Amino acid sequence: MKFSNVMSNTGEWLRGEGPHHQIVVSSRVRLARNLRNRAFPGWAKKAERTAILELIKPHVEKLPEMQDSFSELLQDLSALEKQVLVERHLISREHAAKSAGSAVIMNRRQTLSIMINEEDHLRMQSMRSGLQLKQAFKLLDKIDSALESELEFAYDQRLGYLTACPTNVGTGMRASAMLHLPGLVLSELINQVVQAVSKIGLAVRGLYGEGTEAMGNLFQISNQTTLGEKEDEIIARLTKVIETIIDKEHDARQVLIQKKSNTLWDQIGRAYGVLTYAHAMSSKEALNLLSIIKLGIDLNVFPEEKRLPIDELFMDTQPAHLQNSSQQKLNAEERDHLRAQIIRARLKVLPKPDISKLAKDSGNGSSPASSER
Amino acid sequence: MLCDVCKCNDATVFLTQIIEGKMQKVNLCDACSKEKGVQDPTGFALADLLLGIGAAEEIEKGSSTQRCPVCGFTQMDFKKAGRLGCSTCYATFTEALTALLKAMHKGTAHVGKVPQRAHRAGELTDKMRNLNESLQKAVAEENYETAASLRDQIKQLEGELTS
Repeated sequence: MKFSNVMSNTGEWLRGEGPHHQIVVSSRVRLARNLRNRAFPGWAKKAERTAILELIKPHVEKLPEMQDSFSELLQDLSALEKQVLVERHLISREHAAKSAGSAVIMNRRQTLSIMINEEDHLRMQSMRSGLQLKQAFKLLDKIDSALESELEFAYDQRLGYLTACPTNVGTGMRASAMLHLPGLVLSELINQVVQAVSKIGLAVRGLYGEGTEAMGNLFQISNQTTLGEKEDEIIARLTKVIETIIDKEHDARQVLIQKKSNTLWDQIGRAYGVLTYAHAMSSKEALNLLSIIKLGIDLNVFPEEKRLPIDELFMDTQPAHLQNSSQQKLNAEERDHLRAQIIRARLKVLPKPDISKLAKDSGNGSSPASSER
Repeated sequence: MLCDVCKCNDATVFLTQIIEGKMQKVNLCDACSKEKGVQDPTGFALADLLLGIGAAEEIEKGSSTQRCPVCGFTQMDFKKAGRLGCSTCYATFTEALTALLKAMHKGTAHVGKVPQRAHRAGELTDKMRNLNESLQKAVAEENYETAASLRDQIKQLEGELTS
């Protein structure tokens, strides 16, 4: 499979069909594995890294799940192509910085991606739409078992799977979900939620993982610890916390509809106005405004069938995707113009926000929104 | 003094925490302290991570000349990179790592998936221990016929274990 095919296919997990997909954009699980008695990628010399890559790669490529896969050495990918893969969460930012001695193999549906010689010899990840951590882990577990029958992984009876960073030792598993929480952000409850979640050994991060800003009201929540707890226990605990956050987000939206409908209506109207008429837009502004439109779809203010085109804009307005769709090299200013242009064109099909729908769906005829009209 | 997290900027935030009666010190640069939420006293989102860094200080106090026999990694390298050299490093620096892992994780022992290979090796080791115990018992009881059969079984098992 060629890179152009990767580009023309939207990742299946992006299509938003999984359970709780209105709030849980995606679920992902990754496993870190290393070969026994070989230097970890960060410490290995180039020759050893290359040898390790050549040892692992054929086993990954012949997995039945990897038929018709995209397999590329990092040195053969351009900076732009790497960035596109980062924006699609198919490789990590750390992996994008790698060159000789590293590779990425992913399936056609873009639901499974395996990085060779990232921070660990093997970083395998599985992505699903909506809240499906258990299913994502199940697939990875199968792949891990298949690879383990042919490669000898570094494993210790007491410490479990050994990883380059001690924060991953044990299960080597990081399970995470991307949550869209505009309700909690608009009602200024998000910090409470973030703090509560941090206290129980889970991490909350921005859109692109560690150290990134929360944009577009998107938050990643994941397990912080990997030692002393079974894989399915970690996933069950995380799933439970996410379900609680989903309830809190729904509650926050209801309160906004009942008590702050003016604010909500204003936010949606402004987002619609700016996106429809602006001629220059940064990717941060685009994400933040698109998030409000997405909320509007959840609340029936916009028709449900416009969900996919809006969801696609989240990805298509990212800097590398934008650059990739243009034939010439763009500077930041030109990108902002092109971004606004693409958004205007796609939003032509989006009807004006219809507040009567919002009022009807609050489930309560005497809501402030309806009395306003 | 350099920041304990990014290890490139000068530390400007010096944090001391008493955890389980032990003093832990962390030095952070402005950017990292903001990122880790240290400047927000109510937040403290990544206390676990800070604990980890505190424990890394302890590693430094340990023998810093020790080298991993497989990859040549030292404790100073770990302090610098925050990553280990190879899987054998866990055995080489076990003493220092124990404190770190304890501070970082929920438990100190793995309870999750066991690879088939290790699972089988674990079973064989258990079996070997049982056979050796039985053998000693048989010898003590002067039950030489049983002892001879046990010895043969042990030999066979040794062959399997080394294969």
